[in-house]
Amino acid sequence: MKVASTKTHFDVETIRKDFPILSREVNGKPLVYFDNAATSQTPQQVIDAIVDYYTRYNANIHRGVHTLSQEATDAYEQARIKIQEHFNAAKAHEIILTSGTTHAINLVASGFASLLKKNDEVIVSALEHHSNIVPWQMLCEKTGAKLKVIPMNNEGMLKMEEYEKLLSEKTKLVFVNHVSNALGTVNPVEEIIQKAHAVGAAVLLDGAQAAPHIKADVQKLDVDFYAVSAHKMCGPTGVGMLYGKEEWLKKLPPYQGGGEMIATVTFEKTTYADLPHKFEAGTPDICGGIAFGAALDYMNNIGFEKIAAYEHELLEYATQKLLEIDDLKIYGTSSDKTAVISFNIGEIHPYDIGTIIDKLGIAVRTGHHCAQPVMDFFKIPGTVRASFSFYNTKEEIDTFVEAVKKAKQMLS
Amino acid sequence: MSNIKEIQDEIVDEFEMFDDWMQRYEHMIELGKSLPLIEEKYKTEDNLIKGCQSKVWVHAELEGDRLVFTADSDAIITKGIIAILIRAYSNQHPKDIIEADTAFIDEIGLKEHLSPTRANGLVSMIKQLKMYAVAYQTQLN
Repeated sequence: MKVASTKTHFDVETIRKDFPILSREVNGKPLVYFDNAATSQTPQQVIDAIVDYYTRYNANIHRGVHTLSQEATDAYEQARIKIQEHFNAAKAHEIILTSGTTHAINLVASGFASLLKKNDEVIVSALEHHSNIVPWQMLCEKTGAKLKVIPMNNEGMLKMEEYEKLLSEKTKLVFVNHVSNALGTVNPVEEIIQKAHAVGAAVLLDGAQAAPHIKADVQKLDVDFYAVSAHKMCGPTGVGMLYGKEEWLKKLPPYQGGGEMIATVTFEKTTYADLPHKFEAGTPDICGGIAFGAALDYMNNIGFEKIAAYEHELLEYATQKLLEIDDLKIYGTSSDKTAVISFNIGEIHPYDIGTIIDKLGIAVRTGHHCAQPVMDFFKIPGTVRASFSFYNTKEEIDTFVEAVKKAKQMLS
Repeated sequence: MSNIKEIQDEIVDEFEMFDDWMQRYEHMIELGKSLPLIEEKYKTEDNLIKGCQSKVWVHAELEGDRLVFTADSDAIITKGIIAILIRAYSNQHPKDIIEADTAFIDEIGLKEHLSPTRANGLVSMIKQLKMYAVAYQTQLN
């Protein structure tokens, strides 16, 4: 993202001590973990929250009259408020706890099936993750609505003039990722939302890749839905959230039937519970929700502005170092991107590079990153993707660059 | 002509000369270059092995009562792995291919590639070679 390049003091060595996994070895080498866009590592504070829950107050929530149940309910609802405050939602019941971003997107897609009619239009972007394409294809098949795609340019940026042409009174929904997972591009979401609203369309932002780096303010963005996964922002896997404006969440029908989401049940008629419980059928990931709250506390204690500035420093340093390697091409060169570098070297298959540098203790992602349309655009089978987090260091980048050079030498 | 076990032992001996993984990988990459290449016309969707991050095509043909494999991959390491497999299994009786074990992969220090969840699909490759052998064995009977 765009950050002033003044160097801030960032005590990364102290921060690293919070992450036990960072001191392990892989293949006899110190681990260099650059697969943060896939999942982030977990600080001791979050691990402690998980252990504390199972050690002291594991109980089912919301209906128990006993003390443990009350404590667990309080902690879980407290986590919801932390999430609300973090994303600046107007109301706590606008935060639906889900199993992650994919679940959140499917919840909205499924809800819209009853609101769309034939020839309505749904817009997605060419930069999307598969999880943000497939649910809409399914939705369009079901409703007869049409799927339109915002194209991108060679820098991996969306063509906003084409987006404008796609918008019309037929547009009912626009789905875009806030940050691209394959390339790291930060999309101009304010403009996307504003223009969609001008034709009366709702907007869902996939915030999975943005949330670890950018503190989104859903009210300021005026976004209708925002989805994130906890495990990309120092939290546990299997939990995430959907923010929805109250008016939209009231309009959408429930996603799943079950306990927790009902008010009254008879065989003739069931009435649904109020928000947020209408969308939270069954026993949720109680511990995960609480740990998600602990992860937000952890990151906010460090501060998102500091995190973004430091990660930007890492991005610039790594970009410069990598470009010193002959034939190395970086995909996604937007001036506004998060700390993700997707690259290839000459004709070398990304899988080969990933395999060799794994032997040197380095974790990166290789392949199409669940974004095949992006790879098709560049006519490549995939890329090597190194993604940095605030607990990574420049020394690790040096190790990584040396490993990539070694791999290139072996594979050329 | 050597049987599968003899060729496997020969490959194990070759790899024992190397002290570290890097030399073993370099050797594997070298072996990839000697892979009997599949004809372009056989690089079809049907001949593509599923479960690999890179593309691997394998084609099998009977020559007399022996099965001959050709293959290719767009990744060099994968090409090396399939070359090792084909060196052991190609030009053998389908029955022997079906019965052959794969312990030599472990012995040459490529054990990590044997995990069924590994994205390189070594396990899928072995399964595919054996499936060809089963199919042609039926034809021979």
